[in-house]
Amino acid sequence: MSEKVLTQCTVGGPVKVHVENGRITRMRPIVFDNNDAPSWTINARGKEFTPPRKTTLNSYAVPERTRVYSENRIKYPYKRAGFDPNGQRNPQNRGKDEYIRISWEEAIDIVASEIKRIREEYGKAAITGMTSSHHNWGFLHYKMGPFGRFFNLLGYTMLCDNPDSWEGWQWGSVHSWGFHWRLGHNEPFGQLEDGLKNTEQIIYWSVDPNSTSFMYGGQDAAIWKYWLKELGVRSVFIDPYCNAGAGIWADKWIAPRPGTDAALAEAIAYVWIKKGTYDKWFIENRTEGFDEFEAQIMGEKDGKARTPEWAAEECDLPVATIYALARQWAAKKTMLAVGTIHGATGAARAAYGTEWARLCVLLMAMQGMGKPGVNCWGGAASGPPLNFDFNFPGYSANGWDTFGLVAEKSYFPDGNPVQQKAYRLLLPETILNPPVSWTGEGFCGENIQQQFNKFTCPEPGPEGAPIKMIYRHGGSYISTMCDTNKWVEMYQSPNLEFVVMQDCHWQSETNFGDILLPASTNFEHSDISEWNSAGGYGHYEMSQNHRIIIYQHKCIEPLWESRPDYEIYTMLAEKLGIKDEYTEGNSYEDWDRKVFEYSDLPKYLTFEEFKEKGYFVVPPKSKEGPYAFRWFYEGRACDTPDRLNPNLGTDKAHLLGTPSGKVEFVSRSLKEFAPNDEERPPLPGYIPSWEGHRSELAGRYPLQLVSPHPKHSYHTHNDNKSFWIERIPQHRICKDGYYWWPIRVNPSDAAKRDIKHMDIVKVYNDRAGVLAIAYITERIRPGTVHSYEGSAKYDPLEPGKSGSIDRGGCMNLLTPGRMLSKNAPGMASNSCLVDICKWEK
Amino acid sequence: MTRYGMIINCEVCIGCYNCFLSCQDEFCGNEYQGYSAAAPLEGHNWMRVIDKERGEFPKVKMAYIPKTCMHCENAPCIEAARNNAVYRRQDGIVIIDPQKAKGQKQIVSACPYRVIEWNEQEQVPQKCIMCAHLLDKGLKEPRCVEACPTNALIFGDMDDPDSDISKILKRKSFEKLSPEFELKEKVLYNGLPKRFISGTVVYQDKNECAENLQVELVGGTGKTTSITNEFGDFEFEGLEADKTYRVIIDQSGYNGEDLEIQTLRDVHLGEIYLNPEG
Repeated sequence: MSEKVLTQCTVGGPVKVHVENGRITRMRPIVFDNNDAPSWTINARGKEFTPPRKTTLNSYAVPERTRVYSENRIKYPYKRAGFDPNGQRNPQNRGKDEYIRISWEEAIDIVASEIKRIREEYGKAAITGMTSSHHNWGFLHYKMGPFGRFFNLLGYTMLCDNPDSWEGWQWGSVHSWGFHWRLGHNEPFGQLEDGLKNTEQIIYWSVDPNSTSFMYGGQDAAIWKYWLKELGVRSVFIDPYCNAGAGIWADKWIAPRPGTDAALAEAIAYVWIKKGTYDKWFIENRTEGFDEFEAQIMGEKDGKARTPEWAAEECDLPVATIYALARQWAAKKTMLAVGTIHGATGAARAAYGTEWARLCVLLMAMQGMGKPGVNCWGGAASGPPLNFDFNFPGYSANGWDTFGLVAEKSYFPDGNPVQQKAYRLLLPETILNPPVSWTGEGFCGENIQQQFNKFTCPEPGPEGAPIKMIYRHGGSYISTMCDTNKWVEMYQSPNLEFVVMQDCHWQSETNFGDILLPASTNFEHSDISEWNSAGGYGHYEMSQNHRIIIYQHKCIEPLWESRPDYEIYTMLAEKLGIKDEYTEGNSYEDWDRKVFEYSDLPKYLTFEEFKEKGYFVVPPKSKEGPYAFRWFYEGRACDTPDRLNPNLGTDKAHLLGTPSGKVEFVSRSLKEFAPNDEERPPLPGYIPSWEGHRSELAGRYPLQLVSPHPKHSYHTHNDNKSFWIERIPQHRICKDGYYWWPIRVNPSDAAKRDIKHMDIVKVYNDRAGVLAIAYITERIRPGTVHSYEGSAKYDPLEPGKSGSIDRGGCMNLLTPGRMLSKNAPGMASNSCLVDICKWEK
Repeated sequence: MTRYGMIINCEVCIGCYNCFLSCQDEFCGNEYQGYSAAAPLEGHNWMRVIDKERGEFPKVKMAYIPKTCMHCENAPCIEAARNNAVYRRQDGIVIIDPQKAKGQKQIVSACPYRVIEWNEQEQVPQKCIMCAHLLDKGLKEPRCVEACPTNALIFGDMDDPDSDISKILKRKSFEKLSPEFELKEKVLYNGLPKRFISGTVVYQDKNECAENLQVELVGGTGKTTSITNEFGDFEFEGLEADKTYRVIIDQSGYNGEDLEIQTLRDVHLGEIYLNPEG
């Protein structure tokens, strides 16, 4: 019995994998040895801070062994019993039919011949497809890799992604500070050094630094919070839920009513203007449109001054608390823990979430962001002092064809012959009631104008085609999109002739497929990657203490009859006569080697040495800084490695990406493209939610449901696959032999409904009913209930029936399909009215 | 001589459950001959984390208490075992022999901390072995410690004057989870949650948070004071449970407050409005 110790990487950090007799037995974090590069040290206020010499893992990465060997793996290729490609297709039975095991040969035959048939009958545009976000980690084999290269080579209707974690930042704050090339987030450079050296307070507004903020970076940033505490830096949390970070790190928790954050922001501005406690030099020299903003805040425009008294009514907060918050924010050097991607959360995923995000930028402008200690610092988790001179690409470095970065020919962005586009949030409508029109291109990272481009699907003209086939790579959407009973209806539509589901595990959408293709996990093939590195629009958005490049060993053979995604697409490509273009004759090892050679790794070691050791720690940078926004504050050319910034190297390098180059209180881009949009006006402000406490619907459904990203699963990636995760208290809770998804209820709301702790309850509104287990807690404000999104289990009491009560915990069955606002096509999952009642079987 | 022990610092435990999960990863389905039988894939908690919600809206704090075998020097499980089935190694680690302990269910109930589990399939009691099988191979710390992102678990030789743990032990005193058991536990705690009393002081006339106000607490070991911050918040942390305290606010120009509070649980007094005199 010999044990091998190999390396791999997961969405929650790199691991050492122990393998015995072809079976993974254990997984551990990487503990550095003396040959690894030294760690950085930050000297701040007389103290030295240096990180531990190891990687930390996210909770969901530790039990990866059980995700790999999960009984919920799709083990074999399957065909839906009622589906006959040459006869009756019975689409109405998707979601309730049994599955019949078939051979790989038959499965690939059916999928390839359906692709051919549909292309011939309707045109290339009749096929669409999309990946889920966190299928398998790896530079080459992440979602943009095997899927993206195949479909851009083949031609398909691209299904545009919405920025589902930070909607309001893209659709909103881009119009205040630019950064379209970061999809609305600001640059993440130097915040940790600046924070430790200069900051006096951090305000976490609608962000949970102890769960979502860790992203792919393990929990490396957790220790920073204790360093800040040691230095006396204070933490204020603003969130309707006393979130996982607030529970342990808050010096003050302020819990506004959901959807009213923009009112609170306006009231803070009111106090600052009234008292003159804002940075007038910055306003005069680095912003424009302040006068108009001031007039709105002071009530000169509409007679409604945005006083704390006014906001207190909206937000259901004590007036004195709002005054105190505003006063001491101005008095202290404050980081607002939003803006970089680690601050992407709740309030931006709500009706008019654009307004709150824009007001956050404007508040920070009023405090002169960029001066020492004053900045936007998402989750206080971005901006460690890493060496960005070292080149290793992140997974989206080449868009939707990762292989193309090192291949002879790339099929992205110029490969896909189909111009027609569909929009993910509108896919059900596009199938059920075509044509569908919308404004905004999904990820709008190329320019601001993309937000205003208009689309229709099917596209008019000879090149357009109705969508007849969906190829789903991953199967999370019933749990992660909005108003998702629509997806059930969509899958059962006769308009949809063919559905492929390719995934590692049975998830919420899987049994709506006609053909199921079992994919292997990343532990079953080789790859190469840097952990926590998105590249592209998210380049250098890092929260880890060391840059580490990992050789991802193939640890075990593919389990059951699963095959790696790359092999599945290669088989299809062969049938379709495009295999040579797809693979260019490369093996896994060839691809890995090409990436190795593309990067800066060969300057330090050979491929063989890298493979043998399994990881490489990038040496730290040699000097302090640079700092985000400091250049802007000081009027210098941008000196941060924000390499997609189009102003770099031009005479505008000292300016922001807005049309004026300044922070815009009144947005020029909105004035130009949508001057009369009252739902996203050029000058931002609080607009009461279309589904909130003031809505008529609140009479029938008096509780506001908030559903942030979960703590112990990356969306649906880890839930319902590892029984160890299910046994973490409050991830799921076992009652009567079933693992229920918890909903958190304030004692006063529970008492009114005679609900006891651990009762099974029905959460319901006109859109859906979801069963959950009631967790009675003081951590949620009265009138609000809290349940995470991200249940991987859709378990309808009546399978295959839209509107059936679900007992798996998919909260997004309940959330509205309506977008942030009419021209801001983001999901507004936190604007959701429900009621709950005890569930009697 | 080597004497392994652990400090659990609840003050920096973030409730990530990595200790619980990595312990599962190490032992579930994995047998280590001479050390432990394979734990069942599901159901055992050799390391667990107890979460405690403290206070009430809008003043709530979370506390997490990792709990495992205390490797007691007066270990009741050793006494309860027949046939020397439970023994203490030279380095102090208490081990249940997976062979000799077969069928000895009484060992499970001997532990007052309730950290011994019964393996139904193997018919054997099981618990934390401080990853002795890894330490014997030269590893420095157990899996739970290695997986902790914030150094909340500190492991080492308490008799080695150069070890981190003994240096820390020299600097301050630590608590036991249940000192009343008097078992000479080798797993020690810092920051176990006690009780707090908090409140927010507001000047009624100005509707303004009362900043920099002295609040006095009488009871327990005597008198302590807390100064309100910009939000008018004060807090007394680390108080004894089930005791009577008085919170006294005396501000010139305002009617004072004198409140009697019992720490049956953590108490948040909410907003305390001070009225002007006269």
